[in-house]
Amino acid sequence: MNAAKSLGRAWLPPIAAAAIMFGGWELLLALIRPDGFVLPPPSSIVGAVAEKFDVIVTATGVTGFIIVTGLIAGVAVGAFAAVLVTAFRSANETLTPLAVAVNAVPIIALAPIFNAWFGILSPRSNQAVVVVLVFFPVFINTARGLGQVEPSQIELMESYGAGKWRIMREVRIPNAMPYFFTALKLGTSLAVIAAIVAEYFGGRQDALGNLITNSAGLTRYDEAWAAVLAGSLVGICLYAIAVVLERLVMPWYFAARRAA
Amino acid sequence: MNDAGPQPESDGAAGGAPAAVEVVGVSKVFNPGRSNEIKALTGIDLRIDPGEFVTLIGPSGCGKSTLLRLIAALTGVSEGTVSVNGKTADQARLDRDYSMVFQRAGLFDWRNVSRNIELPLELMGWKAAERRERSAEMLDLVKLSEFARHHPAELSGGMQQRVAIARAMSFHPQLLLMDEPFGALDEMTREHMQNELLRIWAETQITVIFVTHSISEAVFLSTRVVVMSPRPGRISAVIDVDLGERNEATRDDPAYFSCVTAVRDALRDGGES
Repeated sequence: MNAAKSLGRAWLPPIAAAAIMFGGWELLLALIRPDGFVLPPPSSIVGAVAEKFDVIVTATGVTGFIIVTGLIAGVAVGAFAAVLVTAFRSANETLTPLAVAVNAVPIIALAPIFNAWFGILSPRSNQAVVVVLVFFPVFINTARGLGQVEPSQIELMESYGAGKWRIMREVRIPNAMPYFFTALKLGTSLAVIAAIVAEYFGGRQDALGNLITNSAGLTRYDEAWAAVLAGSLVGICLYAIAVVLERLVMPWYFAARRAA
Repeated sequence: MNDAGPQPESDGAAGGAPAAVEVVGVSKVFNPGRSNEIKALTGIDLRIDPGEFVTLIGPSGCGKSTLLRLIAALTGVSEGTVSVNGKTADQARLDRDYSMVFQRAGLFDWRNVSRNIELPLELMGWKAAERRERSAEMLDLVKLSEFARHHPAELSGGMQQRVAIARAMSFHPQLLLMDEPFGALDEMTREHMQNELLRIWAETQITVIFVTHSISEAVFLSTRVVVMSPRPGRISAVIDVDLGERNEATRDDPAYFSCVTAVRDALRDGGES
């Protein structure tokens, strides 16, 4: 009974807010009746989803694959680089300024260049954009978490004769976990944006990015919106997976926050 | 062993047993040769025998924490030698001859109370069953058995510090180095912790070096108070405290008060010179 009540308390407000938003959207458009291509009502977007279901599912699969693989690679490289710069001062002095410089590059601007490298129709160039975009927040946040350890905890480990890698494993990496998951959650939405925008410039023709540009070019805005909706669903799912992972990997973190 | 000339022969003088800690002619300079050079310690000689409870007391900047870190080999000396159990301080660190307790309990949030206590044992490669057994023993020693599965954040400051002491004692080190361990606790908890520490000290016969800036704490706990003064950090007096077995009545004992006065005077003299 209580569990159902608290579940209701958690889910009811966002569901109500969404219902009000889409209902208001539908109602407003019914009242002012603009041309359909300016902003289609939710009902015709749902209609477009039903009509083009196969195309949208395929496109979501293609783009979803790019998002997920790019996200995993970007997170892995970012986390590994963070461990490296924390362990070795020389790596820190070389890699950190480089990463800052790379972050200053408008990554999306690289998409056409990556197309030239990997081939205009290859999904590799889209994956590369995702990797580079996801890398930076993961790298910076994880490195901060690995570094911001209470000095006495390091001294304690040293007093037990623990070496650098043991301290990394026992203290720095667990300490960096909350920072890492913050970056991972940020990375899920960045990966969706990166993949779709990169697809505007090239990659497979049956992907979400292409579906959006093509539908918009043909003034089928309801289809374009349906593709946008599919992209956001991928983003929401990945975010939810990150939240669940966070709970599974560090239950201690939430226990500590409850106690505090 | 080392090339310092006039060095007291610790092994011979004490009839076989080496000193728990022997500090000879030690100085420590931070950032030598740079504009922010600091002479933290100069001319430190100190011998501590097994089973003693020695307090280092002095104002901020007198180098008492630095001296503790030199004994722990967490930082190196600029001059002189530090030996622990007749070995170099660094060898003693690698042999796990000592254990440290800091002002902040420094428990790891990702381990429950019991597994925090097991941490040094894990680093030493103990088997899980033996670790668990010793951890239970230690929780018994600090009277926190019912909190084994609790999360550190669920414990009060005093309880967390008791877990830190249990962790430090888990592998039965011969020497306990404590850096203002009760500095962050309220007065009532602090007195309770002092009683607990003395009980553990009596039960385990461990040697304790305890850094504090509380005069009453230093006198109540120790067999010897080492008074230090700043700029540069040095030992200005060593006061023997002979109050016998401590209990709550000790805190009202005239002998206790005269020791407090002696330490206070020594601190004042040291500060003026």
